[in-house]
Amino acid sequence: MKILVCITHVPDTTSRISFTDNDQKFDANGVQFIIGPYDDYALARAVELKEQAGGNITVLNVGGVETEPTIRKALAIGADEAIRVNAEPTDSLFVANEIAKVAKDGNYDLILMGRESIDFNGGMVHGMVGEILGIPSLSPVMTLEIEGDTAKIAREIEGGKEFIEVKMPFVAGCQEPIAEWKIPNMRGIMSARTKPLNVVEPSVNQSGTALQKFVMPPAKGAIKMVDADNVAELVTLLKNEAKVL
Amino acid sequence: MSSILVFVESADGRIKKSSLEAIAFAHAMGGEVTAIAFGNEVSQDELSGLGNFGATKVLHINDEKLNQGVIQAYASGIAQAMEKIGADVLVLANSSLGNPVSARVAIKMDASLVSNVTELPSTDGGFSVKRSIYTGKAFANVELTKAKKILAIRKNAAEVKELGGSANVEVFSANFNDADFSAKITSTEKATGDILLPEAEIVVSGGRGLKGSENWGMIEELAKELGAATGCSKPVSDMGWRPHHEHVGQTGVKVSPQLYIAIGISGAIQHLAGVNSSKNIVVINKDPEAPFFKAADYGIVGDAFEVIPKLTEAIKAAK
Ligand SMILES: Cc1cc2nc3c(=O)[nH]c(=O)nc-3n(C[C@H](O)[C@H](O)[C@H](O)COP(=O)(O)OP(=O)(O)OC[C@H]3O[C@@H](n4cnc5c(N)ncnc54)[C@H](O)[C@@H]3O)c2cc1C
Ligand SMILES: Nc1ncnc2c1ncn2[C@@H]1O[C@H](COP(=O)(O)O)[C@@H](O)[C@H]1O
Repeated sequence: MKILVCITHVPDTTSRISFTDNDQKFDANGVQFIIGPYDDYALARAVELKEQAGGNITVLNVGGVETEPTIRKALAIGADEAIRVNAEPTDSLFVANEIAKVAKDGNYDLILMGRESIDFNGGMVHGMVGEILGIPSLSPVMTLEIEGDTAKIAREIEGGKEFIEVKMPFVAGCQEPIAEWKIPNMRGIMSARTKPLNVVEPSVNQSGTALQKFVMPPAKGAIKMVDADNVAELVTLLKNEAKVL
Repeated sequence: MSSILVFVESADGRIKKSSLEAIAFAHAMGGEVTAIAFGNEVSQDELSGLGNFGATKVLHINDEKLNQGVIQAYASGIAQAMEKIGADVLVLANSSLGNPVSARVAIKMDASLVSNVTELPSTDGGFSVKRSIYTGKAFANVELTKAKKILAIRKNAAEVKELGGSANVEVFSANFNDADFSAKITSTEKATGDILLPEAEIVVSGGRGLKGSENWGMIEELAKELGAATGCSKPVSDMGWRPHHEHVGQTGVKVSPQLYIAIGISGAIQHLAGVNSSKNIVVINKDPEAPFFKAADYGIVGDAFEVIPKLTEAIKAAK
């Protein structure tokens, strides 16, 4: 089975976010970058599927050279090879077109992604790739089992789950509890250095949106503390001041 | 004047509140608003009632095969409806169905697509919207550069108002092919009767400070008294104290209720990412140094096991 796993290179979940260049650019100063947490689930499930049934895993990132340490981490976790499409992604359409091109050329049985990136939070790239390729796209996927050429999937819906059967190939946007995040071991880290990381130039170069500027949320006002022995006061405040009861 | 199509979702035969917000959003944009609904479980009254919220017409694909959210078929139906009415904008709620459907429609229609939209678009100097990014830690103003545009809106992006009036309901027969049904939904499992977390106006959430699943009775009672949905932190769902779909935060549900009450949750940045667009936040924690207090509007330093029953009583008394 040939699996393509698409990963993002995003600020650590604890990062404070700020912008530079007149709110035109993300300020990467002092920020630690990681594999997107949902992409990490997708990768972990890919590694498990390979352990069960054999196969080959390619990780793919659309990004600049600065994403290579993150790609190497994915190789250390268990991917066999990597592709970096050398471009600064502008939006989900841009990324989807480039991923679809790589996917078409590589003839993958399964394309796994995260349910969403944690920088852009679009939750859109998998659906777009599915449509461009003319194959099903399912997200957010909570469990994924393969039997022959068919997959059994649980997809989260508001307040519940949907169980789906689908033939390969298809695209899935993954989330927990599909697999447990994997931490690279020493052997993985050593072997990652020599696994192939191919850099290709973008081929479609198309976007549907243009950034005007980034905006920070308004600062939070001061907190009002209520004494634990006077809980009724909280109810009064919620009623008369916040007007939410 | 533009023609706007709004995709509406239903649950248990009723149009979802998030979809009514989408109609209100489209109406506030100005323009002719047409809704599109799928399946045969929604009554004609419910559909014509969409006129009350700003839709003039409803296209109804009343095919039983579409009672379930078949992503590819919905995308095909919506694209055909956009063609038919010459819509230049599609508006829908960000949801587990809306998101994958809109992504596919964007490709079919060669449209610009923006999700997590938080405000009405601005049209001076191009068509642009504000969207939430970095899991609620920031926003971006983005321009939609293609002729056709799709907006997936966040909860509270528009206020639902009753305008009076009713919509014309028209049966719409779209063409589907086998590929539209290639992913087969074999069954669904749904918590019924509960207030859905993403749509709730009030959320009561518990963290590891509650010590164990056996203590959730208190949380449920408080939630019941408030008409609230229940949520939790990630470790709580990881340990199986609560179901996965209640987990709020960076890697879980993002909520934006009028009131979020966090009990025994420390306020890790990953948790805050899921709640920072709540209108009001109340934090109850025994540790005065808990980081959550920095993100809250109201706080009580105290033991959850003492404060929660008192709070439930006080709410009862104030009714
Ligand atoms: C990549 C990544 C993604 C993550 N995503 C999420 C996410 O989406 N959502 C999420 O929630 N977490 C997420 N986390 C985990 C997060 O970092 C925290 O570990 C988690 O939020 C802590 O949960 P908690 O506040 O319930 O527990 P704790 O941090 O253990 O806090 C318990 C709190 O309860 C208080 N307490 C204890 N006893 C009482 C009492 N009797 N009465 C009142 N208060 C009491 C304590 O003072 C403490 O503040 C993520 C972590 C990572 C690394
Ligand atoms: N620049 C990128 N390179 C590779 N994969 C990406 C990129 N951006 C997004 N993806 C994939 O698409 C998923 C959804 O992203 P998004 O639509 O931006 O929320 C992510 O979880 C990744 O798996």
